[in-house]
Amino acid sequence: MSLSLDTLTLSHFRSHRRAEIAVDARPVAIFGPNGAGKTNLLEAVSLFSPGRGMRRGSAQEMTRRPEALGWKVSGIVAGPQGRSEVAFLSEAGQPRQVRIDEKPQPQTTLGRIARVLWLVPSMDRLWIEGAEGRRRFLDRMTLSFFPDHAEASLDYEKAMRDRNRLLKDQIRDAHWYRALEAQMARTGAVIDANRRAALTRLAAAQDGAETAFPTANLELLHADADMPEGEAPFAEALAASRPRDLMAGRTLVGPHRADLLGTYVAKDVPASDCSTGEQKALLISLILANARAIAADFGAPPLLLLDEVAAHLDADRRAALYAEVTALGAQAWMTGTGPELFAELGDRAQYVKVTEAAGESRVTQRDRP
Amino acid sequence: MADRSEIDALIDLMAKLPGLGPRSARRAVLHLIRKRGLLLQPLADSMAEVARTARECLNCGNVGTSDICAICADDRRATGLLCVVEDVADLWAMERSGVFKGRYHVLGGTLSALDAVGPEDLRIPKLLDRVAGEEITEVILALNATIDGQTTAHYIVDQLEGRVEITSLAQGVPIGGELDYLDDGTITAALNARKRM
Ligand SMILES: Nc1ncnc2c1ncn2[C@@H]1O[C@H](COP(=O)(O)OP(=O)(O)O)[C@@H](O)[C@H]1O
Ligand SMILES: [Mg+2]
Ligand SMILES: [Zn+2]
Repeated sequence: MSLSLDTLTLSHFRSHRRAEIAVDARPVAIFGPNGAGKTNLLEAVSLFSPGRGMRRGSAQEMTRRPEALGWKVSGIVAGPQGRSEVAFLSEAGQPRQVRIDEKPQPQTTLGRIARVLWLVPSMDRLWIEGAEGRRRFLDRMTLSFFPDHAEASLDYEKAMRDRNRLLKDQIRDAHWYRALEAQMARTGAVIDANRRAALTRLAAAQDGAETAFPTANLELLHADADMPEGEAPFAEALAASRPRDLMAGRTLVGPHRADLLGTYVAKDVPASDCSTGEQKALLISLILANARAIAADFGAPPLLLLDEVAAHLDADRRAALYAEVTALGAQAWMTGTGPELFAELGDRAQYVKVTEAAGESRVTQRDRP
Repeated sequence: MADRSEIDALIDLMAKLPGLGPRSARRAVLHLIRKRGLLLQPLADSMAEVARTARECLNCGNVGTSDICAICADDRRATGLLCVVEDVADLWAMERSGVFKGRYHVLGGTLSALDAVGPEDLRIPKLLDRVAGEEITEVILALNATIDGQTTAHYIVDQLEGRVEITSLAQGVPIGGELDYLDDGTITAALNARKRM
């Protein structure tokens, strides 16, 4: 079983006025000069999973300028759930809407028909920058296993922002704190359990896998205060933290304080101390492990979006990546500046050339790089 | 659009009603003018009368035409059951279904620190008084399954625990769904299958 987009149509989406791509389940290699509109194509595909997409852009940022008329992205998804026609649209400044087989649906429904994972150049600094990026990376992986993760996260955020307001305003109504902490404990425990389960699955998917990429060990940490497992203990921890939190004016314990410690197992070196190339290899290794685990779980490997993936890889690693993506059977959307980066793929992939003229992206499909 | 007529002003006002936009407001006003005697004048009279008499019940927050609403004034509704809802629209939805024979308490919203809505803004102190004063045996929470709704439910449970039996409408009420949008059968089922908090 495979999961693929059969067609992808962009209308007034970022630099694309109109682009139509008809593809099969093989990887899609996209090449063209800087600024041509390659990443914009990947971003359009990233909308097929719940959330704000690969660039975390608002619907307004995605509308093609200068017209700013609104935009539409649509495609046929073929996967374990059959074929669905999925469309995303935003009318002049309005939030994005999702339609599945012509019916409006909440975003969370997408998790049932498609899974999407991505690796983008800004993640190259993931291991050396702040915890927020690593937390987001962890949550993307977690969401790929547990579609309910998004809802738990939104609900948790909502309750926490309310509690933080009480703390800032120095309100002391214990009943009110307990009521909010009950919501935070319920949703926070789900977030934490989902994350831990996702890490367990990733570890299992790396164990004994035949791969040219290094194994990464991932450990969940929490800043300052430990995050106790389970709803009741977390509720107690929140109550106990109230005096400290009142001083700080915000909540100091909980899943929003999580961080991810990555280790290059073979060398027993923290990911943050690895070379740039090694850090990239660790991320690729995790994405591939995640994809293998989803294949087992969901019934098909996810769509992979690998932006500028070839950039930091030498020819051997590149060949290994192509071999593993092909073996996995994932429709991997990969970008690079020149066609030579994909020469190795031959007819295992299909090709899209993107160019830009007068502020408008042009897309041409090809059989060969 | 040089001088704006009274008719334009009426259209603008109508367009502010829930469910109406500028286009449907124009249609409605045109219709009213055409049926001036049959519809427009009676409507104007009726609106003037409601504007003069409508008020919130001092006891429960229901909307009526006297200080104490018809439900609170009716001794037969003193069954010991008190149903807590967020909004008058929820109360009216429950009444339409006709299954509930007790009294109501309308909070007028949900707790939200971000929107500066606290317990005092929600008739929660009044609720605590009523439980003691009206010999209430069971408080039924019919609040939305949103985070704010559930926080509010939890707050009330925390305040009333040990003093009275507290139940909540059974699930089946859709997450984030509002009582007002449910059909009578669903409300009846949710009420009959209510569970202890
Ligand atoms: N909303 C928008 N409207 C029009 N053009 C946009 C919009 N957002 C981004 N762009 C343009 O898209 C181009 C970048 O496209 P991108 O896909 O990132 O290029 P690359 O091919 O290098 O990946 C830039 O020239 C940028 O100005
Ligand atoms: Mg790019
Ligand atoms: Zn009343």
